[in-house]
Order: sequence, then structure tokens, then C-alpha cells
Amino acid sequence: MTVITDREQLRYIAGQAADARVNVEIETEGMTLNIGPQHPATHGTLRIVTRLDGEQVVWAEPVAGYMHRGYEKLCEVRTFPQVTTLVNRIDWLGSFANEVPFILATEKLMEVEAPPRAQHIRTILFELSRIANLSLFLGDLGVQLGALTPVFYAFRDREYVLNLIEGATGGRFHPNFDRIGGLKDDLPKGWIDETKAVMKKMRRFCDEMDDLLFGNEIYQARTRGIGVIPTEVALSYGLSGANLRGSGVDWDLRRDQPLPMAWDKCDWKVWTHTDGDVFARVWVRLQETREATKIVDQLLDSLPSGPIMAKVPRIIKVPEGEAWVSTENPLGEMGYYVVSRGETGPFRVKIRTASFNNISVASWVLRGVYVPDVIAILASLYFILGDIDR
Amino acid sequence: MSSTGDAPAGGTGTEAPTSPEDSALVDDARAGVLADLQAALGDAVVDSLLKPGDDLWVRVRTDAWVQAGEATKALGFDYFCFLSVLDWLPSPYGRGEDDPTEPPPERETAVRPGYCGGDTRFQLFARLVSSTRHLGVTLKVDVPDGDEPEMPSWVGLFAGANWHEREAWEMFGIRFAGHPDLRYLYLPTDFQGHPLRKDFPLLARMVKPWPGIVDVEPMPAELDADGEGEVEP
Repeated sequence: MTVITDREQLRYIAGQAADARVNVEIETEGMTLNIGPQHPATHGTLRIVTRLDGEQVVWAEPVAGYMHRGYEKLCEVRTFPQVTTLVNRIDWLGSFANEVPFILATEKLMEVEAPPRAQHIRTILFELSRIANLSLFLGDLGVQLGALTPVFYAFRDREYVLNLIEGATGGRFHPNFDRIGGLKDDLPKGWIDETKAVMKKMRRFCDEMDDLLFGNEIYQARTRGIGVIPTEVALSYGLSGANLRGSGVDWDLRRDQPLPMAWDKCDWKVWTHTDGDVFARVWVRLQETREATKIVDQLLDSLPSGPIMAKVPRIIKVPEGEAWVSTENPLGEMGYYVVSRGETGPFRVKIRTASFNNISVASWVLRGVYVPDVIAILASLYFILGDIDR
Repeated sequence: MSSTGDAPAGGTGTEAPTSPEDSALVDDARAGVLADLQAALGDAVVDSLLKPGDDLWVRVRTDAWVQAGEATKALGFDYFCFLSVLDWLPSPYGRGEDDPTEPPPERETAVRPGYCGGDTRFQLFARLVSSTRHLGVTLKVDVPDGDEPEMPSWVGLFAGANWHEREAWEMFGIRFAGHPDLRYLYLPTDFQGHPLRKDFPLLARMVKPWPGIVDVEPMPAELDADGEGEVEP
């Protein structure tokens, strides 16, 4: 493994040096290349304006805003329970995970805590949305690098997870299942056994992806040493999630902050990688998917009995105050700064999304790379348009 | 690669405090951060609020905004979480649910700040987190009144502030001196107004009345054993 890696790295460096010489010898003129907003690699409508010198990017700037929906303003005219419907649509591949930090922030202001069973089911659904989200990422990444096979497996196997989410919540993509003080419903009959079977399938899926992607020499050549983000840069841009852990920072909000969720009740690992390149970020995400299946399995075994709703008034008025809660979502740190004035709706909601910070580093990291690597790097930073634009 | 079970650095156990007894706990870690900040910034720290086991808010003097960022970064708060603006003016449009056939209702107009107080309508607030100690601090600062007030930029301090300040500029109309590229982030360049200001109406609610005011009907009254959960008339 290491032998191949070293060889690939040396070849890449030699290739870069050769191309740099060509660029000096033939005086190339700059060219502006516009990628997007309608481009398969942009997962929606992100536009990247790049200025090229030959095949190398000398300047790049992501242009966001093609999908700005103004959720922060819309939250101000909604009541607290209505907000979850909106925030479901921020990261649409892991919708349930978007609801949780907002509900937790509201519960913090109201000084309510969900009963243990609700906390467990919340955590299970949270991890299921992580699996659904990241499994699609792993397949999609292959497509971006020219490998068409993984994405078919990814769509096939994500469907099992979406079926589970649909079975429990009624919504495949937008569950809107989390309530202030608990959950809308309890789990349906037979769901636990079904989930365990699917978790086995997902672990097999992870092994398949491991073979299809990481065992592929071309994939290694396309990802090793590409788009390296050093730790200080990652922290200063506020990168989070696998992008930060791929740069060697051992920090996972599920483990490192006290939250009324069930992550501390099971045994799992936070994976990090020190390389900070495309390979590292994808590798960390693959391990995270594996860990998430383990978390779900353990929580299903230790599911406590009891109610799924705490006592909350029928009309929810949240006491005056400010609260910040963030969780480790599939894309990274997602948090809500909720300001309440003692009314039925929030006074202000600041939504901190992971992709916003994660993609703002693009203009830094894309400088000096080759055009095909632009796609690989963007794919590995992993953004969802709704998560950038909100 | 570390395993779980590392003690969270919050210093107050694994659960957020929910009862008054818990909040009486002493939060040494955050108190230490506050003391360090006060030592570094002196009288530039105007006000602070420490909720044990929850969070720390610090309000600094307007002219010390960059200095506060530097001092906090020097204390190990190296992770830039977000930067945004609070507009403390109550919305003159309420929640956009007024009946257009009725005269507009009386509304609160006084600017009333939140935690750590404040003297102006707009407040800049930012959150910095320590990647090793896993503690966060929310810094607040008053923004001078005016149509398009100016504040010093944090881009030199945290590269991630670039996009956040661009968003704050277009959404709240606060300029950032020293920002390398202060363009609108989401909106078209010729967009008029700053949408997240409270006095900017939500036009969707202006052109078409909110259907909630027409078809709302009282929920059936339901009482539980304690008499709680009764619907308000």
C-alpha cells in the first residue's frame, strides 16, 4: 500500500514540475473557466469561477446564492414548532439531523429535557440520516472521479436506510419528526429487527466501497496528496466534520460536548487522518459511516422504555433568552443561535451550517491545482447547496 | 484515533444543567477563560455572562473588537465558528400576520438588547471555540448607530470570517473596514435594502395575507391530569 502511495506521489510531483516548465517555456495566456451553476459536480447550483494558466488554476472563487431561500428571515415569522419544517430543507440528504440542534436549543431555553427513550430514538434517527447522507457521498464521489460503478450501489443501499426513516417518521427526505420535548411518535412494530438487518447490509456496503474506491489504484492516484488543507487553515476557516478530522484535528461534537443525546451511552470511535488531502477526507467519512452503523446497533439494544414526550404546554411559549446548540451533522458542525423574547416564535435564529464554512475554503485550496482536481477537491469538501445558501 | 469516554472539557459532567441546583455548579473552565479575557482586555470587557455548563458570553467595547478577537485567539480559541449580527429593534410588522383590513396594532418599538446588554440597535456577535479544550465563547460588540455603520474586519485574524462578513454586510448593512472583498454574497449587486434588518418587510407576507389569519380555528380544549396543556382562547 505504502509503496504504491509513494510512487503515485512522486509521479504527481514530477508531473507538476514538468508542467510548470512547459508553462514557462510556452508563454500561456490566462483563461477564465466558469464551472456551474448547472454542472453535475456542483450538487445543485454552485458556481465556481476559475482563472487558469494552462491547466492550472491560479485563482478560484465559489459564487453562492443561486438557492438562497432566506430561512433566517422566515424563521422570524414562524412559531417554534413550525421552524423544524423549514430547517428540514437545509441539508436535504440528512434532514432529521437538521431538526435536532434547533429542538435542543429550544428545549434548553424552555428548560425541558426529552425522556430517555426519545433521546435514544433521536440519536438513532440522527445516525440513520448520517448513514443515508454519507453513503450517497461515497457513491457520488466515484462519479466525480470517473468511476460510475459505486453510485449504483450507493443509491441501492441508501434506499434501505430511507425506507427505515420513512417507516419510523413517514417522510423519506423530510421527516419533520422531532418535537419540542420529544418525538412525534414511537417506533413502529418490527422496526428494530429490520433496522438491525439493514445495518448489516450497510456494513457490507462500506466494505464494498472500501474495495471499489480505496482499493482502486486510479482512485488513489487521483486523491492522494490532492487538495491538502493544513490544520491551522482548517481551523481558521472553521471547517468542521470530516474535513477537520481529515486534517488531523481530533474533535467530534458528538463526543466532546455534553448534550442530552445518547452518544455517550455507546462505544464508538472518532477517526482522524493526518494527511488533510482528498483521500483523508473521504476515508474519514467511510469510517464514520461504519461507526454510525455500530452506534445504531448498540442503541437499538439498549433502547429504554418509557414515554417519548416530556410535558410541554400545548401552546409553546419560549422564555426570554439566548441559546446556542450545535451538533455533529453528516456535513459537519451545524448549530442554531436562538434568541427568544418570550413569544411563540423566535426573535432571531442564526443558522450556522457546515457547508458554508467548508466551501469558503475553496478559493484557498483550489489555487494551483489542475482542472480535474478541482472536481475531486470540491467533491471531497462535500457540500449541499441548501446547506450553503440556507 | 481516540476512543470515547474522554471526559468532556466542559467540567460539569455529561448532562447540560436543567435544574436550578445544577446551574449553581461552579464552571471552573469557563470562569478561567473569562478571567483570562478580562486580564488581557482590561476595561474593554464591558459585560459578561457565564452560564455554568452551558456557555460564556462576553461583550467588549466597540473599539476593542479586533483586539478581543486577537486576545481570544491567543487563549487557544483557534476555531472560527461563525460571525453574525443581531438587530434588537422589534419588527414593526410583527410576524406578518396582521389583518390588512384592520388598522395596524400597537407594537413595542424600544430597542431592547439581550444577554450582556447593549446600547445600540445592532450588535455583532461571533463564536470562537477551542479545538483542544472544546469550550466556546460568544463575543458581542455594539455597532455604532447609523445607516451603514462600519466595523473593523476579522479577516486578518480568521480567514473564515470573509464570507460571514460578506453575509453580514448584505443582510444587515454593516460595512467591514479592511475586508478584502466586501461584495454581496447571495443577493444581486443592485439589491436595495438589507433583508435581515427587522424593518425590512418580509414581502411574501405583504403581497398576500398569511392564510393563517383566515382559516385559523381554536383547537379543541384538552386538559391533562394536572390541568396543564389547556388551549389558550
